[in-house]
Amino acid sequence: MTRNLMLFAAVAMLFVLTGMLQSWNLSLSILTMALLSAIMALGVNMQWGYAGLFNTGVMGFTALGGLAMVLVSAKPVAAGWSAGGPGILLGLFIGAVSIAAAIFAYNRLPKGRMRNLCVTAIVIGGFFLYRAVFDPSVLAVEINNPATAGNIGGLGLPALVAWPVGGLLAAAAAWAIGKTALGLRSDYLAIATLGIAEIIIAVMKNEDWLARGVKNIIELPRPWPVQYEVNMQQSDSFLAFASTIGFDPVTGSSIIVKLTYVMLFSTVLLAVIWLSERALNSPWGRMMRAIRDNEVSAAAMGKNVTARHLQVFILGSAVIGIAGAMMTSMDGQLTPGTYNPLRFTFLVWVMVIVGGSGNNWGAVLGGLLIGWLWLIVESLGPLAMRGITAGMVDGPLKAHLIDSAAHMRLLTLGVILLVVLRFSPRGLIPEK
Amino acid sequence: MMDGLNALVAFLNFVFVPGLAYGSQLALGALGVTLIYGILRFSNFAHGDTMAFGTMVTILFTWWFQSMGINFGVLPTALLAVPFGIMATALFVLGTDRVVYRFYRKQKAAPTILVIVSLGVTFIMNGVVRLIIGVEDIGFADGGRFVISAGDFKTATGLAEGLAIKTTQAITVLTAVLVVAFLFWFLQKTRTGKSMRAFSDNEDLALLSGINPDRVVQVTWILAGAMATIAGVLYGLDKSFKAFTYFQLLLPIFAAAIVGGLGNPIGAIAGGFVVAFSEVMVTYAWKKVLTYLVPESWAPDRLVQLLSTDYKIAVSFTILIIVLLVRPTGLFKGKST
Repeated sequence: MTRNLMLFAAVAMLFVLTGMLQSWNLSLSILTMALLSAIMALGVNMQWGYAGLFNTGVMGFTALGGLAMVLVSAKPVAAGWSAGGPGILLGLFIGAVSIAAAIFAYNRLPKGRMRNLCVTAIVIGGFFLYRAVFDPSVLAVEINNPATAGNIGGLGLPALVAWPVGGLLAAAAAWAIGKTALGLRSDYLAIATLGIAEIIIAVMKNEDWLARGVKNIIELPRPWPVQYEVNMQQSDSFLAFASTIGFDPVTGSSIIVKLTYVMLFSTVLLAVIWLSERALNSPWGRMMRAIRDNEVSAAAMGKNVTARHLQVFILGSAVIGIAGAMMTSMDGQLTPGTYNPLRFTFLVWVMVIVGGSGNNWGAVLGGLLIGWLWLIVESLGPLAMRGITAGMVDGPLKAHLIDSAAHMRLLTLGVILLVVLRFSPRGLIPEK
Repeated sequence: MMDGLNALVAFLNFVFVPGLAYGSQLALGALGVTLIYGILRFSNFAHGDTMAFGTMVTILFTWWFQSMGINFGVLPTALLAVPFGIMATALFVLGTDRVVYRFYRKQKAAPTILVIVSLGVTFIMNGVVRLIIGVEDIGFADGGRFVISAGDFKTATGLAEGLAIKTTQAITVLTAVLVVAFLFWFLQKTRTGKSMRAFSDNEDLALLSGINPDRVVQVTWILAGAMATIAGVLYGLDKSFKAFTYFQLLLPIFAAAIVGGLGNPIGAIAGGFVVAFSEVMVTYAWKKVLTYLVPESWAPDRLVQLLSTDYKIAVSFTILIIVLLVRPTGLFKGKST
């Protein structure tokens, strides 16, 4: 126990040192990202640590959370919605119904050529019907003021509402994936989730009607207690407050904004940890670990392995989705082009494994530590490389080395992952 | 009659030839994945980046040769550099096996752990590639561009549609045939190949009959590295080299290997073509071909494209899911558990 506290204290020191040696602004912005990563790591830990499910689609669930933020909180685009919104919904509904009908027919009809023909006919017919309803509506939405809108818009609700919706969206996607890929061999789930994440990003990049694709959605509202720096700098009470403490109002306001985020995210993080700890130490948690450690014997004890896997897969993905929505609400914009699997999937995996899979506190520690490392290397890497190459003559090689310092983090992370897996496979805070 | 021929030529030009070349590249990639799976029994997520690594070394040698004025006539200089790429990649994967994978093999670790370990290797390889050659798009094809150009074809046949075959496409298909022939000869006829197949079928029995497992594993890595390099270079010649694209090739390659049946080399080749042709056919705009085939009044006014090319990744994914649900062992019987 004291060892764990020491580890957390050490990580806290890292943030304090960053604040003192570099800047508090940097330290706090790293901390907000690290807290978000810790929440995602908790989600992955549920899937991998409790149940042994290998989900490589973290990026996709994160992005779905961001999408929920846009659909719930972005400003409504009335003209765009009335032009084609209902049509798009109807089209999607037709698509979903035809898939459901195909699955129904596949399950109910007797095996044979008849069944194959029926299923194929339903799928093909459904596809053309879907395109016939969907395409004109999309066109109608996208020609509505394409320079600034061209999408169906959001509901204009507060950002805090969007967070749970992000969880729900991710959970729905996880249900669909889990239904198809769980129950097969373990690495098939990895490949399937890797694929679905890429598809989610492709949809978000290309479906302009949804969230303007790569044209991005900006000016998303901030979550409730967080203020805007500009407003603070114009308020007299804040200026008076800043002058009594002796802070520069510009730096001060941005630090206060970041502190609010830190508090907000910490609240969510603590709530998720509390719930996860309760779940892990309940009969349900013991059952999950029993299933993870020996599926056959757990099944023999009458546990429904596939259903439990599906359940925990959905729960973990929902947590990731909430964190994704929180991230987008902090960024204030949705930029599908910035999602890449190394940053949003595999980095989170490294956090879980380094921290200690199966242990919630371990996952949080890993999230904070690796989150700090990932972002600090971004600012220190080129600096360090300049130091290393200081003795070299100026030339293409030196320039190349300095440019490529950013790629050092991949290499570093890979080495960290392999070293931890090899020499301390249970992580910094092992499972009890 | 003329219209029918034109439609056929358009089909060949836009669907068949690109699909054949892409399918050969995927087949070679899937062969590497399937070999590793058959012998070492895990899904190697680092395969895409192994391809990138091999291609990178090949590109570096190509540049070096070009700077010395060495070229291969009408053929791309990269072909001369490929052997060096293969050697470097083989050494690299043998090194990772010695440093990383061997430990887990001796422990008989679960396949999922090996997959995560291979992710770590992916990070490192990806980092090395980005560090050395950067993240930009790099084209390194030189030599003659076309075996038959569309213009020549039109003048020779008098058809309205042209058929272009790029040198890189011809090389891709030829090389793939040669490599596959070599691989099958190796697996069927040589002693090492036979011991590899025995090892894949039943490890314990193979060990009992005195097969040296270390040697089998080493040969497997060398073959997988060589095939990854060749597949990567062919893909890079045909399109272009970009580190991140190679990572993304992982999905179609795995789809190909699983469609054919993991661990089954013939299946990997068949799977490569199934995935490639589905991808090209689903994302091709059929308007041109249809316009020739149907009476004028029926001519489509839209592109007649089932999915936009941005979603080609969805195609391999869908195939993968269907196969996993309907026939988890793949078209040809592979290992399912």
